[in-house]
Amino acid sequence: MSESPDVKVAPWTGPQRPYDILKEGTIALVVVAILTIGLAIVFSSPDDPQVTVQQWSTKAPIDFAQTALSELNGTSGTAQYGAPYNTASPGQKLGPFTLAKWLGATIPVNTVRDFVIDPLTDQPPTPTLSAALAQWKGAGAGQRTAWLDAYTKASSKMTFANGTVSVPTTAAGPVPVMINSLEQMARSGALDQALVTQSGFYTSNYTLPLLFLADGSYLGDLAQQRHLLGSQWGMMNETGSYPGQAWLWLYTFWYQIPPFSTSTNADVEVSAVMALLSVLLLLVPFIPGLRSIPRWTRVYRLIWRDHYRSQSA
Amino acid sequence: MSSTEIDRQWTTRLRHRLTRRLPPEKVLPDTQPAYVASWIYVFGVTTLSALGVVILSGFILALKGPQWWHVSGVGHFVNSLHLWSVEIFFFAMVIHLWSKYFMAAWRGGRSLTWVTGVVTFLVSIATAFTGYVSQTNFDSQWISTQAKDGINSTGVGSFFNVLNFGQMLMWHIVLLPLVAVLLTALHVVMVRAKGVVPPFEDKPSEEKLLREKEEAR
Amino acid sequence: MAETLLAALVSLDGTGHYFHWHWIDISYANLTVIILMVVVFVVALFLPFPGRRNKKETR
Repeated sequence: MSESPDVKVAPWTGPQRPYDILKEGTIALVVVAILTIGLAIVFSSPDDPQVTVQQWSTKAPIDFAQTALSELNGTSGTAQYGAPYNTASPGQKLGPFTLAKWLGATIPVNTVRDFVIDPLTDQPPTPTLSAALAQWKGAGAGQRTAWLDAYTKASSKMTFANGTVSVPTTAAGPVPVMINSLEQMARSGALDQALVTQSGFYTSNYTLPLLFLADGSYLGDLAQQRHLLGSQWGMMNETGSYPGQAWLWLYTFWYQIPPFSTSTNADVEVSAVMALLSVLLLLVPFIPGLRSIPRWTRVYRLIWRDHYRSQSA
Repeated sequence: MSSTEIDRQWTTRLRHRLTRRLPPEKVLPDTQPAYVASWIYVFGVTTLSALGVVILSGFILALKGPQWWHVSGVGHFVNSLHLWSVEIFFFAMVIHLWSKYFMAAWRGGRSLTWVTGVVTFLVSIATAFTGYVSQTNFDSQWISTQAKDGINSTGVGSFFNVLNFGQMLMWHIVLLPLVAVLLTALHVVMVRAKGVVPPFEDKPSEEKLLREKEEAR
Repeated sequence: MAETLLAALVSLDGTGHYFHWHWIDISYANLTVIILMVVVFVVALFLPFPGRRNKKETR
């Protein structure tokens, strides 16, 4: 057992003063309650309305159609994510450790099936859509890739007019009808429903629509306007001028500086740094040096100034 | 039945231990050591009080369900109470942490009190986070789609899916508050059992020697 | 009626303002909270605690 003054202290045998713990607790509770009510009355709280796929496809139809295409041709963020959604990428590495990959694709997401084909299949069939879907389902992988390549190549000239998405190509097979039908479905609000109800009537899981939304630019643009991007220290920010999760300042700080600001493994690296720092904070009483700073800084002389004064008297 | 047999019972032994470690005058003290005389001591009880308001306002939100506050003025007000009490909770807790650090409050066999405090702080951050992603508004949409990358990168995302609203709400209103409250209770019991940490001991002998030397000059 | 009573007196819903210096980028709301924390901490250190004087007087 260490004899260091940073570890040991003799039990107090000196004088006591009266102390009413219940009164103290009651006063504190009343003060905090009044302060809370006051702040709530004066400042209220933020509630920016949720974004729907319907709103997204209405306000930014091209962004929605391009995102739908990226889900089909496998270039979207979700399609290339890796664990836990799929095996398309090994995911982030912490040195030699691919933690996410080890735990596996436990929340499987197939962007072609889940974001495009299944929702379209659930639609009331129209002859055009039924034919397109049949053509898609009947084609081999090579044919599908050829259609998608043709559509993707022409997609930089994508236009949206009179509620219809158009791309100048004739070699894309059923893809134009599929993208356009998904756009119609999204604008009607039906896709919002289809994405959450794939597991049935009751739902509380928004993994699919949130991933789809996050693959587009619309949500991120709204976030940028609200200063919420990761590069804007957004993790600790709140919508409007409200204080946010200020206690995340250190976590979001690491993302701003090298090597993390330029690392492709920033997320797992910052998580590791924060885990390490949390353990250090936890173990402060056992770490020589770190536990001596209070004695060295002598802030305690201020806190206990009466005690030391009475001792020296 | 012999008295030694009773003494050996689990229940009896637990009771003896508890009453030895936590006699009533420690649980509900009417005096404090004289050195406990600074405003810096109020931030522990302030944190506890804020936790009380957080839980009470959370109870009201729970009564009416997760969407109520979007459609009702009263609901929005209760949400405001919940938000601001959380801000006060962290505000007071961080100052409490600073002050306990500068008092080296782990001394004299109090290191576990420090450890439970830090764990409570970390659990509180997780609890607040799950609340932010359970708001069912733009904020929760953005925060969850951002946070998923950080959490997925560590592998935790495989069983803790921040995009699953139902799962996050359960964590926020059942599991994490339960852990936070239990840890807080344990932390407070430890403080009561060990008492408030005494000041660093001055070394009067050395100072006295110096003074005597100076006086002798 | 209750709705108007319970609306914010000071709306914080407008666009936020941010303190931006090199790579530091923080909302004034968060900055206020953090500065206030430090101020409250320092005030708590220096502010005389009631009862101290009484103790000396009774001595």
